[in-house]
Amino acid sequence: MIVEFGHFALILALAVALAQSVLPVVGFLRRDPALMAVAPRASMMQFLLVAIAFSALTYAYLVSDFSLLNVVENSHSEKPLIYKFSGVWGNHEGSMLLWALILALFGAAVAAFGGNLPQTLKANVLAVQGWISTAFLAFILTTSNPFLRLAEPPIEGKDLNPILQDIGLAIHPPLLYLGYVGFSIAFAFAIAALIEGRIDAAWARWVRPWVLAAWIFLTAGIAMGSYWAYYELGWGGFWFWDPVENASLMPWLVGTALLHSAAVMEKREALKVWTVLLAILAFSLSLLGTFLVRSGVLTSVHAFATDPTRGVFILAILCLFIGGGLGLFAFRAGTLRQGGLFAPVSREGALVLNNVFLTVAAGVVLFGTLVPLIVSAFGGAISVGAPYFNTVFGPLFGATLLVVPLGPLLAWKRGDLLGALERLWAVFAIAALVAIIVAWMSGETHIVALFGLGVAVWVLVGAFAELWTRARLREAGLSVGLRRLAGLPRSAFGTALAHAGLGVTLLGIVATSTFQSEAILEMKPGDTATVGTYSVTFDGLRNTAGPNYSGVVASMTVREGGVVRFVVEPSRRFYAVRQMPTTEAGIRTHGLSQFYVTLGSEGRDSGSVVVRMWDKPLVTLIWLGALVMMAGGALSLTDRRLRVGAPKPARRAAPMVTAE
Amino acid sequence: MRLLAALALLVALTVPAAAVDPSERLADPALEGRARAISEELRCLVCQNQSIDASDAQLAKDLRLVVRERIAAGDSDDEVRDFLVARYGEFVLLRPRAHGVGLLLWVLPPALLLIAGAGLFLAFRRRPDARGTERLSAEEEAALKALSREEEGTPNY
Repeated sequence: MIVEFGHFALILALAVALAQSVLPVVGFLRRDPALMAVAPRASMMQFLLVAIAFSALTYAYLVSDFSLLNVVENSHSEKPLIYKFSGVWGNHEGSMLLWALILALFGAAVAAFGGNLPQTLKANVLAVQGWISTAFLAFILTTSNPFLRLAEPPIEGKDLNPILQDIGLAIHPPLLYLGYVGFSIAFAFAIAALIEGRIDAAWARWVRPWVLAAWIFLTAGIAMGSYWAYYELGWGGFWFWDPVENASLMPWLVGTALLHSAAVMEKREALKVWTVLLAILAFSLSLLGTFLVRSGVLTSVHAFATDPTRGVFILAILCLFIGGGLGLFAFRAGTLRQGGLFAPVSREGALVLNNVFLTVAAGVVLFGTLVPLIVSAFGGAISVGAPYFNTVFGPLFGATLLVVPLGPLLAWKRGDLLGALERLWAVFAIAALVAIIVAWMSGETHIVALFGLGVAVWVLVGAFAELWTRARLREAGLSVGLRRLAGLPRSAFGTALAHAGLGVTLLGIVATSTFQSEAILEMKPGDTATVGTYSVTFDGLRNTAGPNYSGVVASMTVREGGVVRFVVEPSRRFYAVRQMPTTEAGIRTHGLSQFYVTLGSEGRDSGSVVVRMWDKPLVTLIWLGALVMMAGGALSLTDRRLRVGAPKPARRAAPMVTAE
Repeated sequence: MRLLAALALLVALTVPAAAVDPSERLADPALEGRARAISEELRCLVCQNQSIDASDAQLAKDLRLVVRERIAAGDSDDEVRDFLVARYGEFVLLRPRAHGVGLLLWVLPPALLLIAGAGLFLAFRRRPDARGTERLSAEEEAALKALSREEEGTPNY
């Protein structure tokens, strides 16, 4: 009964989405406020209905209702409660429903918080959201209905794929979808602007918080996915250039570009047309990511859907929105008036450079991801793997990182490159010094590794150069400087933090790639091996059992200089229902570094087992850097400038007044 | 930045390296290092985007042994790769070769950058007024300097 209620709510949601798609636009064309006012109410109603549907499915999972096909396929009565819950979106149908739920949530949020939007813009934005909702709800109901009943329910379910039974999977898809779907708001704003043929700095100010929020979630989703792959897949790697990872990286790259170009538009009314194009591209790539993962065109860990009718439907959605969006852009972009002018060397110029690098990088990833698919569609076979992406993406992103500290130091309209470089010489000295000291202390001579280290420090320290310069601590004295610092807008701190986060992540990547120690060997209980500065003793294996698996746990005592530091317990599990073995890495964090052990197959001698061990120095910085970036984004989000409608404070006459 | 990581990894591998399965390891660390560097760029054909160096699959193990056999027999790195391409096709190479579609993959990134650069150049040339206008005259510049010095300096004296 509850399930049917949810099913019915989902069908109603589609009906509401249809109304939301059409009526507000008619209202806009006829200048009819009553029709336009339908949009926010329909958005709220749609969210409520999709939420009811999602709750009904969740309920079916929690009570293990095996009369539901979707629950049978992906759940088991003995599965731990948290995975019953996360299992709702651990499969194709449920994850599409989550997608629709988040889409409806964002639409409702625009309706709720967009009180100060012009009525026509609000109506059009929500109508575009309605189009997207209609497409996805129709997709769910016709090809991926999670509410299908079975005439003869089985006693027990088939369980969830074991590698997905993990806290990482519980969090990763919702974060990623919040990012993907968040860009739908930017898309809707862009399309609405094209429909109205009007766009200005206020538009950018409305769009920026949404883009920023989507970007924060997408950053979190990617970082979470990377960490999940790192500990769950047991190879010790953190980025594999898998098409599914690329699918999330592309919107991130373009979204990052969008964030920066929207800043230019808000401050200087320049780059309008480009910003609109980026908004369309960011969401197009989000859709493409959804298509790649959901249609089953990729056969990879994440792609658990393989049904061509779905693929064709999503492809149609893809063509409709990308083609329609770009077509409308080509048709209407000319009506958008060009804004402020600027010299090549200026803050705007630096941001344009950032945009060029980021979009080219996204283009490279896109091409490298799609080429194997296209080639195989014509009967050929080509692999585009990590070595290619590292070679091509590395220098491109490296060049981007080199200019990161420079941008914020250039003035708007016309900047002083030499002056900016002059202010960065101390940062340069610190970066060079760190690289030299590390080279000297470790004996590391590889130039690329040391260069990477230098770039990481350059970005990390250089991120704070703008704050330092604007506070003028040295010239003005400590108390005045600090007061100036406190008076800076939060977005300045946000920028600094986000940029510093990039440096932190790079530092983690370089440190762990360059200085990790590795040992792969067969061990018998009682054996001792050396990994870097550690000696590891294999104490023995013991059996273990969980609610839906059995397995063995190895106990390894790790000593340094004869002193016991910690015990690591890697394990192997066997999930009986799916007949699947998994390896669970034993990971021990010490400081910012991690000791990582996985169990391989059984060795040649009886009782021995293949063990792979790594000491990964500073590896946690890779993901901590992402957290720092997110913190930067969140800080910018609280900037009063972005809380639309907040009155601008009178321009501070700060230095003179405060010093008196 | 991942290039750095990858190159750095190769460096790390020149220290006495261990194969994925210890029993496969070549005795000579230099040869073993080469074998691993090659293995990391070969696809495990039955896996999902995994190199034979990272995979537990039986085929990956077989390929690792083939690579080591060829190296032990005195093949150069390229000869090892040619041997595998002859058997399995170019699908086995995770780093596509620069011919056919592969060439497009290697040409596109610099081409995109050049196109973007040219586009920017043209965009700025079309609007030369962006540089010229609003530049202050020498007197205005001096007056501005004096003013800002006044504002900055006074409180501290």
